[in-house]
Amino acid sequence: MIEAKNLQKSFGPIQAVRDVSFSAADGRITGLLGPNGAGKSTTLRMLYTVLKPDSGQALIDGHSVVAHPLKVRQSIGVLPHSAGLYPNLSARENIRYYAALHGLRGDALDTCVETLLMRLDIVDFADRRAKGFSHGQTTRVALARALVHEPRNILLDEPTTGLDVMATRKLRDLVRQLRDDGRCVLLSSHVMQEVAALCDDIVIINAGMVVAAGSPDQLRAQTGRDDLEDAFVHALGETEAS
Amino acid sequence: MSGVFTVFRKEVVDNFHDRRTLFSSLLFGPLFGPLMFALMANLIIDRAVDSTEKTLELPVVGAELAPNLMAFLQQNNIEVQPAPADAEASVRDGRHDAVLIIPDEFPDRFRAGRPAVVQLVVDQSDSHASASTSRVRRLLIGYSRNLRAMRLQARGVSTAVLRPIMIEDVDVSTPTGRSVVILGMMTYFVLFSMLIGGMYLAIDATAGERERGSLEPLLTVPVARHELILGKILATCFYMLISLTLTVTLFAIVLHFVPLEALGMNVGFSARSALATMFVMSPFILVGAGLMTVVASFTHSYKEAQTWLSAILIVPTLPILIAAVQSLKPSFLLMAVPSLSQHLLITEIIKNEPVAASWTALSMASTTVMGLVLIWLATRLYQREAILG
Repeated sequence: MIEAKNLQKSFGPIQAVRDVSFSAADGRITGLLGPNGAGKSTTLRMLYTVLKPDSGQALIDGHSVVAHPLKVRQSIGVLPHSAGLYPNLSARENIRYYAALHGLRGDALDTCVETLLMRLDIVDFADRRAKGFSHGQTTRVALARALVHEPRNILLDEPTTGLDVMATRKLRDLVRQLRDDGRCVLLSSHVMQEVAALCDDIVIINAGMVVAAGSPDQLRAQTGRDDLEDAFVHALGETEAS
Repeated sequence: MSGVFTVFRKEVVDNFHDRRTLFSSLLFGPLFGPLMFALMANLIIDRAVDSTEKTLELPVVGAELAPNLMAFLQQNNIEVQPAPADAEASVRDGRHDAVLIIPDEFPDRFRAGRPAVVQLVVDQSDSHASASTSRVRRLLIGYSRNLRAMRLQARGVSTAVLRPIMIEDVDVSTPTGRSVVILGMMTYFVLFSMLIGGMYLAIDATAGERERGSLEPLLTVPVARHELILGKILATCFYMLISLTLTVTLFAIVLHFVPLEALGMNVGFSARSALATMFVMSPFILVGAGLMTVVASFTHSYKEAQTWLSAILIVPTLPILIAAVQSLKPSFLLMAVPSLSQHLLITEIIKNEPVAASWTALSMASTTVMGLVLIWLATRLYQREAILG
């Protein structure tokens, strides 16, 4: 369960996030949708405790990201915009490092890593150095790394960017599995079709503000458009005008 | 604190995987220093010893015309050789540094008490030959001066007339004084290769992780940021320690082949001295690791960090340079200056002179304090949001 309340964040004179509030429920995939520079990444970065909000609050499973960042980090799995694997380590070593950082040791660590290697289909290239991985392989290893501690909440920043069709399908299946496990999945994207195909709930962000939120049906009803893309454009248009 | 250990272990293994980095940090640094040192030390010692002690070969045309002069030259360690056919050509080609020509009229003029001309064929543009030619010239002047004195005395005139002023040089330089420059070089190389040993990791910990994009996911794990950076700094220290051990070991080997005794130094770089050197040097690892991590925190890319650190690497070696140029004598207060105190202490160790325990204690304490301050600063900088770039 992820709740954001009136989040604000500025970098010098630039107001990246002006006022963002929404909630993402367990067992659902929530999509943060918005054009480039809308404040999606900054919002996610505040939620996964890398940035501190200037004002406002965010709770992950009831824990404040500002007051208890370590507690929050135990219950989130993060796939940031850049996967950032260590090029000189193999896929397995990359995942093992994160498992160890999450406090896993000995047999528990071995079992956890081997299970993830199978589940995410990494076994074939598990012992190759990350240096030469394809984008799809890199994303899968990074996702495995984010799941070592069985987090209840998963945050993905533009997870399908740059992936080919097959890799995208694979990733979508994985994300749906995570939802079906009862986890709370929050992902950001600037691609309407991506969000429409995958998400149960959509939060549309523009210029650092939430301009619309709800399930695809609710969004269509709110904007009075049958097509989701029209609804999206309509929602963005309203902020441009105001 | 288990997070510190996990990060430490990963960084040590990761850096070990990177063969190119490993080569330049652990092979190039420790090897380059001692070898370069041996080369330069041999050159300096050669020059210092060469000019006065080595026999100089001097071809002479018409040697039989001036037997007394030849005897004088031979007494002064000059080997008179038969002259080549064309004296000027042989000097111009560099086959000989100088050729002395005694003209046929030399004996007649000499006996008549008129200035007897001798010719010294030299190549002024040949800097290699300048030491030998000036030595020959000095000897000829000396010989002439002796004759002058004898001739005046034969005529009943005191030689004092010719010397309204007499200059007496009082040379206070000792052979050991000269060797300070050489020893300064050694501590310089030890310090340098130690810093090189940890440089790649120090950059990698901050600028490198940021550039690769691996810093952001790392900051989402439930390990406090200061533990992450401490693990990385520890790994940097570890590689600096390896580099230090390798360098000092190699120096211990190399010093056997450098004739420092020729400079009148009592050297014996025993295993004990090597251990003492490492012991005295070890607190500086903290300063180096802290300093490099702090500097790398401000940079935005691996390249930028490398550029800055190459410049910063000179800073700790400056006090040594100043000490060498100013010939600073070790004193208790100087022991409070990191890098300078290590240099002075190691110099004493190599000279096999006793070192006061209080000096060592002050050096180690002040260096450790400075190192801890820098490491603390590095952890503070790691807490900033700007660390993400």
